[in-house]
Amino acid sequence: MPKRSDIKKVMVIGSGPIVIGQAAEFDYAGTQACRSLKEEGMEVCLVNSNPATIMTDKEIADQVYIEPLTVDVLKQIIIKEKPDSLLPTLGGQAGLNLGMELAESGFLAEQGVKLIGTTAETIFRAEDRQAFKDTMEKLGEPVAASLVVNTVEDGIKFTNTIGYPVVLRPAYTLGGSGGGIAHNEAELVEILTNGLRLSRVHEVLVERCIAGWKEIEYEVMRDAAGNCITVCNMENIDPVGVHTGDSIVVAPSQTLGDKEYQMLRTSALRIIDELGITGGCNVQYALHPESFEYCVIEVNPRVSRSSALASKATGYPIAKVAAKIALGYTLDEIPNAITKKTFASFEPMLDYCVVKIPRLPFDKFITAQRKLTTQMKATGEVMSICNNFEGALMKAIRSLEQHVDSLMSYDFCDMTDEELAEALEVVDDRRIYCIAEALRRGVSYEKIHDITQIDIWFIDKIKILVEMEQRLANEELTVELLKEAKRIEFPDNVIAELNGKLTEEQVRKMRYDNGIIAAYKMVDTCAAEFDAMTPYYYSVYGSENEAAETKDRKKVLVLGSGPIRIGQGVEFDYCSVHATWAFAKEGWETVIVNNNPETVSTDFDIADKLYFEPLTNEDVESIVNLEKPDGAIVQFGGQTAIKLTEHLMKIGVPILGTKAEDVDAAEDRELFDKILEQTQIPRAAGGTVFTAEEAKAVANRLGYPVLVRPSYVLGGQGMQIAFNDEEIEKFMDIINQIAQDHPILVDKYLQGKEIEVDAICDGENILIPGIMEHIERTGIHSGDSISVYPAHTISQDIKDKIVDYTERLAKALHVLGMINIQFIAMDGEVYVIEVNPRSSRTVPYISKVTGIPIVDLAAKAILGHKITDMGYKPGLQPEADYIAIKMPVFSFEKLRGAEISLGPEMKSTGECLGIAKTFEEALYKAFLGAGVILPKHKQMIITVKDKDKPEALEVAKRFEKLGYKIYATRSTAKYLQDGGVDALRVNKITQESPNVMDLILGHKIDLVIDTPTQGHGDKTRDGFLIRRNAIETGINCITAMDTAVALATSLESATTEYTLVDVATI
Amino acid sequence: MKAFLILEDGTVFEGTSIGSTREVVSEIVFNTSMTGYLEVLTDPSYAGQAVCMTYPLIGNYGITPDMESGKPWPDGFIVRELSRIPSNFRCEGTIQDFLVEHDIPGIAGIDTRALTKILREKGTMNGMITTNENYNFDEIAPKLKAYVTGDVVSKVTCSEKKVLPGNGKKVALLDFGAKKNIAKSLNDRGCEVTIFPAHTKAEDILKTNPDGIMLSNGPGDPKDCGPIIEEIKKLYNSDTPIFAICLGHQLMALANGADTHKMKYGHRGGNHPVKDLETGRVYISSQNHGYVVDTDKLDPKVATPAFVNVNDGTNEGLKYTGKNIFTVQFHPEACPGPQDSGYLFDRFIKMMGGEQ
Repeated sequence: MPKRSDIKKVMVIGSGPIVIGQAAEFDYAGTQACRSLKEEGMEVCLVNSNPATIMTDKEIADQVYIEPLTVDVLKQIIIKEKPDSLLPTLGGQAGLNLGMELAESGFLAEQGVKLIGTTAETIFRAEDRQAFKDTMEKLGEPVAASLVVNTVEDGIKFTNTIGYPVVLRPAYTLGGSGGGIAHNEAELVEILTNGLRLSRVHEVLVERCIAGWKEIEYEVMRDAAGNCITVCNMENIDPVGVHTGDSIVVAPSQTLGDKEYQMLRTSALRIIDELGITGGCNVQYALHPESFEYCVIEVNPRVSRSSALASKATGYPIAKVAAKIALGYTLDEIPNAITKKTFASFEPMLDYCVVKIPRLPFDKFITAQRKLTTQMKATGEVMSICNNFEGALMKAIRSLEQHVDSLMSYDFCDMTDEELAEALEVVDDRRIYCIAEALRRGVSYEKIHDITQIDIWFIDKIKILVEMEQRLANEELTVELLKEAKRIEFPDNVIAELNGKLTEEQVRKMRYDNGIIAAYKMVDTCAAEFDAMTPYYYSVYGSENEAAETKDRKKVLVLGSGPIRIGQGVEFDYCSVHATWAFAKEGWETVIVNNNPETVSTDFDIADKLYFEPLTNEDVESIVNLEKPDGAIVQFGGQTAIKLTEHLMKIGVPILGTKAEDVDAAEDRELFDKILEQTQIPRAAGGTVFTAEEAKAVANRLGYPVLVRPSYVLGGQGMQIAFNDEEIEKFMDIINQIAQDHPILVDKYLQGKEIEVDAICDGENILIPGIMEHIERTGIHSGDSISVYPAHTISQDIKDKIVDYTERLAKALHVLGMINIQFIAMDGEVYVIEVNPRSSRTVPYISKVTGIPIVDLAAKAILGHKITDMGYKPGLQPEADYIAIKMPVFSFEKLRGAEISLGPEMKSTGECLGIAKTFEEALYKAFLGAGVILPKHKQMIITVKDKDKPEALEVAKRFEKLGYKIYATRSTAKYLQDGGVDALRVNKITQESPNVMDLILGHKIDLVIDTPTQGHGDKTRDGFLIRRNAIETGINCITAMDTAVALATSLESATTEYTLVDVATI
Repeated sequence: MKAFLILEDGTVFEGTSIGSTREVVSEIVFNTSMTGYLEVLTDPSYAGQAVCMTYPLIGNYGITPDMESGKPWPDGFIVRELSRIPSNFRCEGTIQDFLVEHDIPGIAGIDTRALTKILREKGTMNGMITTNENYNFDEIAPKLKAYVTGDVVSKVTCSEKKVLPGNGKKVALLDFGAKKNIAKSLNDRGCEVTIFPAHTKAEDILKTNPDGIMLSNGPGDPKDCGPIIEEIKKLYNSDTPIFAICLGHQLMALANGADTHKMKYGHRGGNHPVKDLETGRVYISSQNHGYVVDTDKLDPKVATPAFVNVNDGTNEGLKYTGKNIFTVQFHPEACPGPQDSGYLFDRFIKMMGGEQ
């Protein structure tokens, strides 16, 4: 069937800010799909509130609206842009829900807009719990005994008939939000109450618990003619019970025979056919490990995290094909872009094994519960490819960048056997390491299987790795042993460590001397059956290399940013991709190395060559040996890439742009102090330390409070404000849990206005696209602050100083390319907080709102072009006519036990933008985009520390005027009452009911303003409990007075008529 | 123990011996299925060939009852890695033991992707699996060149007639090396299936008054089956509904004036899209063939293409004009592979006047 002729202009909905459960995979899918639509001559109108995405670039869509993803906003955009079609399947659950609401309300029909890619009925039958159950029953496809309930009582009644444990799944939520497994009535009541509240339709499915069954997924495609194919199946190593986003996943399935494989494949195709899906779909199964019994767990009628993984695992571009199907093409008409010989109707065949490991944020949230459940907690993931499972697992482990490089990286040596057996029961991110330890101690496969329910096949593979550890530790390192260790991807440093006599360098030399080097194989969708055209590679040992040697053009190695984590998100992928494109435009051959399956940078057609590999010194060295690049570019890949600089230089790869020694000068305290002295720029006084004793000495010299932080980190990891010696000891202890290669910094904490700039330096001149200021005072990490462009509250004098300082610093550090500087403005003076001679988190946002292609210009500057030649006047660029506000977005509700109060360590997972003609409207839109949709019940709680009380009073007055009823704890209430606010006093948690907790749990509160008292982390404190419970019951919780003021401003100017800004026209 | 795979073009792969240590010369082919190694091993169509599995991890679920015939047929088995332990609730043993028990030699630990690429570039070729470290290629080369699969149908067909009882239509299944699931697919649809040896005379089959005749898959070059083709001509003229798969499809085509030729490296795997030319629908099929029917010489008055391969446009099925005869190149019986085209058995039942 050829392309439909009635589709000319398509509106695509993105997934909004990155949150746990909905991450960069939708930027990847959305970008690919938009490019696919444009390829077909479509006019594409894109709406996504997330500025840190490639899909919101003007190169990707014709009209770009970085606006809040609400029904009202979408309606206004539809009226303005008049698309003839709406494609809602690319924006994750958020996009799907919006498309559904627009269709159900009749608005789309009224406006003559077709829903393409799916129908409202399909979405309903796949997403609505009861409709889904009915559909499965009609097909005779088994589902676990379950009932949709709307009340806790019904849930209890049903569970009593099927027995505990039961799984609870709220309808229409993402990442399993609010779900869980209940083992008894108390747990049932707790989870169910919460789930009902979080569900858009107030529905929760109570289901027979099939925990322990194998969890298998199929990615299937169907076109409008009814042709169906499977792209890939995947097996979760962690059995049912752990969210697939938090499971270690292998593709293809390893423990299924053809009977099981085809049984589930046929079932998946029947389901997609019955639902009438046109595009991609994910079907999840639970398969009984001892029989052919299975249950359909769920169906996602859209692209998803799993489809991104399946695309990268097979080379089959699901989103691209789905977009073409939406336009009317059939699978046999769409050519396979990888082979250029086969068609999209050819099922991919793998001749390798893929392992995905989630990146969990417990290094950031040390108080959060590590336990993995049906509610997803991972912020990102890594994928690796090898021709054996052991090697793929080893490569994935070291791709995580969590100080892990083997199965010995978490040490369980100190545990007794009994403790270890107990530890095995715990389902958390350390379980595979725990299994390895059990195997080292000779615990039987059967026992480990009984406890973990993990298939014996996987346990045996872990045992093979453990046996190799033991051989490397006990035997002489022969060439044969080395070959075998490399075949299963033991890194050289681990081999050296186990050997004990050889250094890593000696191991590497032994390898090179004996020709034991990595070979690269191609991901070609067809197991080598056809000669593929796409250079997408993975490494193996002991095989023939097939990566083509190329040397006709200058070649650049672009180092990606690895898994998405808090502090290093999709922004850096944006920068890597743009840098790649910029170099390509300059005629360079581009080679990308990255290991994140969710991103645009690892799409097969971004660079000339893609190496899907860990970003470690050794793995990158192997690629360098083969590719011999003319230079590497590290300034766009966040800390992941920066960390590789030293080794790249050692092996003779020129670093393009700012030199490594200058990067060091910015990070190294002493060197940087010299730079500041030389440039005469003031900064907060401070010192460098290694021990708690030294830290206390410095702190006492400077006077508390002080800022404590490790060097060379991103997202302020481990950064804290200490108010006394005791806290210094605690923070130093936490920082030093990981061996520090660099000293720890202790600085006087200055509280002022925080200002940030990104600039490009061509060696002579600088270009500053704009100055951003933060709403929150210093002390809150810049990534967690509300950022306003252009800075509108600072004087011209301060602006001039900032421009001057930026220029001085860029020159003193010999910056070539990007630099990011954070300043404090206090009492008319400007201080430097930190300088990062690299691309930053704010680059995509500021690029979009100023219309200046920052990464492109920086790449050109690196290649020797001058700012003046690129058509720009050096210095600060004229301010835009718009106010653009970047709002942080958090995922605290997913992380039980995590401290939510903001501080110097970054905690947000994503961001959204509010852009408008006025500050107030921009702010309102930014809050709206972040999901702060107020007012609802017009009731709030204020409980603040003494220092904040005067400001709290002003805020309270404003909220009172907005019609809010204000509750406050004792001392806050008194202060507010004395100031003339009609505040109602409530009891503290420890006091009798009704107390503040009853209020929170009563679901009638819109907002909690709770500024934490000094010191952090005590989980029994009132403040912590109030904040946690507020978050877990879906209440907006603000922990900084500046944020509260901003929210008041935003609500005072609330509007339903928005000025819509097409960012593509800026 | 070391083992070597020596190809006709002089390429040598060194690996580890699996199964029997016996030396063997055969035609080397590759199969891209990711599951179903046991069905592949027990598919009689592999008689006279050594199979390389492109999926690198083989034996993960061991030996289960999923056998397509009584024993493994390939001359040799070539894998990247055999799983050290199998894991499956139906596992009855390891593939290692299975190969030894049936005296099938094999080689593991070689770069199967590199081998596949050679076969893809240069076409299917002959090779030797040996454990003799002192092999001399010059001595081996003529042996490799000389190897032909020959009349393998006679080797794999059943020796005597066998009946699978059923209450429905009576089907005569001509066994050229039939996979079990063909008979089972018919039997499951109620048919009484009588399995005949490949060389059964047409008269003897027709004498039993079958409602329909099923021509099975099988190994080797269809042109090596001259006498069988003569019998098939008689079956064609009998007006009995006929359904044929793979070799059966090729033999029926040859019986009606079409030609067949050897493909460069064939189709072996479970992911090939075939298009039903009548409906335009595309199905993912299980495939295993090295020869293909040339449709250009086919007289449209005799037969017209019914299915075509979406990737390379080769013929995948024929509909015989004015006849109740329908043949396909691919494997609707699956095992291993997708079950998407299983509906063709229903079509056959209908052709016989039955309801399904």
